[in-house]
Amino acid sequence: MKISELPRRVLIALGLPVVLIALWWFASAGSTSFFWPPLSTIVEAFPETWTADPWLHDVLPSVARLLGGYLIALLVGVAAGTAIGRSRTLRALCEPVLEFFRAVPPPVLVPVIALFAGYTGSTSKVLTIALGCLWPILLNTVEGVRSLDEVLLDTARSYRLGRVATLWHVVLRGSSPRIAAGARQSLSIGVILMVISELFGANRGLGASIVQFQRSFAIPQMWTGIILLGLLGVVLSALFRLVENRSLAWYRGQRDAERER
Amino acid sequence: MSDTIALDVAGLAKTYRSPGRDVEAVRDLTFQIRRGELVCIVGPSGAGKTTLLRCIAGLLDLSGGQIRLDGTAVTEPPAGMAVVFQEYGRSLFPWLTVRGNVELPLKEKGLAKAARAAKVAEALDAVGLPDSADAHPWQLSGGMQQRVAIARAIAYEPSVLLMDEPFAAVDAQTRADLEDLVRTLWKRLGVTVLFVTHDIDESVYLGQRVLVLSNRPTVVLEDVPVDLPDDRDQLTTRSSPQFTKIRTHVYELVQSAKRGERPEVR
Ligand SMILES: Nc1ncnc2c1ncn2[C@@H]1O[C@H](COP(=O)(O)OP(=O)(O)OP(=O)(O)O)[C@@H](O)[C@H]1O
Ligand SMILES: [Mg+2]
Repeated sequence: MKISELPRRVLIALGLPVVLIALWWFASAGSTSFFWPPLSTIVEAFPETWTADPWLHDVLPSVARLLGGYLIALLVGVAAGTAIGRSRTLRALCEPVLEFFRAVPPPVLVPVIALFAGYTGSTSKVLTIALGCLWPILLNTVEGVRSLDEVLLDTARSYRLGRVATLWHVVLRGSSPRIAAGARQSLSIGVILMVISELFGANRGLGASIVQFQRSFAIPQMWTGIILLGLLGVVLSALFRLVENRSLAWYRGQRDAERER
Repeated sequence: MSDTIALDVAGLAKTYRSPGRDVEAVRDLTFQIRRGELVCIVGPSGAGKTTLLRCIAGLLDLSGGQIRLDGTAVTEPPAGMAVVFQEYGRSLFPWLTVRGNVELPLKEKGLAKAARAAKVAEALDAVGLPDSADAHPWQLSGGMQQRVAIARAIAYEPSVLLMDEPFAAVDAQTRADLEDLVRTLWKRLGVTVLFVTHDIDESVYLGQRVLVLSNRPTVVLEDVPVDLPDDRDQLTTRSSPQFTKIRTHVYELVQSAKRGERPEVR
């Protein structure tokens, strides 16, 4: 990417959102509908709704649970996925079970976990997020490890790379594009589960707040919560892209090089 | 006598088994290579040259026979052996730079950073790629990638070097340079070299012996000694009558191998 391209890219990235916000602003400007307040009202409600207390007791705990569950899923998914992808026996053993769990929609987990772990504390929420995020990461890791080029593995073997070096420099690096694809899917699943996990029982959290506002007919406040949730998604996705751009630059380059051939 | 034998291939057989289709690639190969020898292998395409090399490299399970390296049976990739794969492009790690690719096996060998850097620079210099250390393999042409694979092998300073058509993708001039490089390194390091090639002239120019393989299922058709002087030169050696005589003989052998001719059953 050249420097001169940067302003252009920023313009393109911001163009549509700006247009949409403007549309919303003007379309809702004279609105007297209770459920569809003017955007100006929502913007005014924002600072008074999200003061220090809700930040500290709703937003940050939600985000912490999301990141905690997501990181657990990432660690377990990559570790288990690598083990399964490397071993034919393990794969044959696990494949039907994995297919089954993949087919179960993550929100269904919530009542099941509630049954076992109760649904008031943080543990069960983190567990829900972790379990929901696990499958895309796990299955993609298995696929990535399995589709590693044989010649690369033979090269590692013939130069007698040790187990750790092979795992680190060859297996994980080689399957990182697939792992990243799974991790990206899981990120949006994680945000959804963060909200859903807060809907049961008396709770605090970003998702719980939105529902509370809605139930108490605090409609502009509800909208501020939804906007905050959307912004959280954007920030997480941008962070993800930042990591991806650094660690998968080789993959992009290789793909582009192949396309040009 | 037996202590000078580096590589002893006895009755090697390899059949690829897959559901519904067995391919008998190598039937019965027996030959020996002395320590420090440079032997070329030629044979028709699909004869099983790559299969043979991968068996020697300890990357394939044998279906029969035995391979011994310095007296011990090869059951896994042996220490001190480097392989330049025919699929050179796929043997380079795309996430590492050229330097990283050459350096990784040295790291694993436990070399210190400074020593590694020196060896990497020296090897890249030898193959004519001193300026490409920071490029990634996919930014290089096929011939350059092949030279990176060669650089990685020579930086490793193996005692046995297996090369599978290592010059297939390079241009004629680079090819001549690399041929001389292999001979120079071979002489300097005393490494045992097994060199597979399609190019009959190359096999005669490089080798002390040329093993001609038959069609599949493969046996050794003939073991041709190359009695050319040790000091070889692209111009004079290749135009000498002795060179022409040997290359004609090997050429005829390969032709007859392609027609399916086989040595008498022993
Ligand atoms: N993994 C495999 N599974 C099944 N058959 C294989 C496999 N690898 C090679 N073969 C078969 O074994 C035979 C020998 O293959 P090999 O690659 O050793 O030939 P080669 O002499 O190296 O050919 P070339 O000169 O074209 O590289 C071929 O008929 C090939 O189809
Ligand atoms: Mg081959």
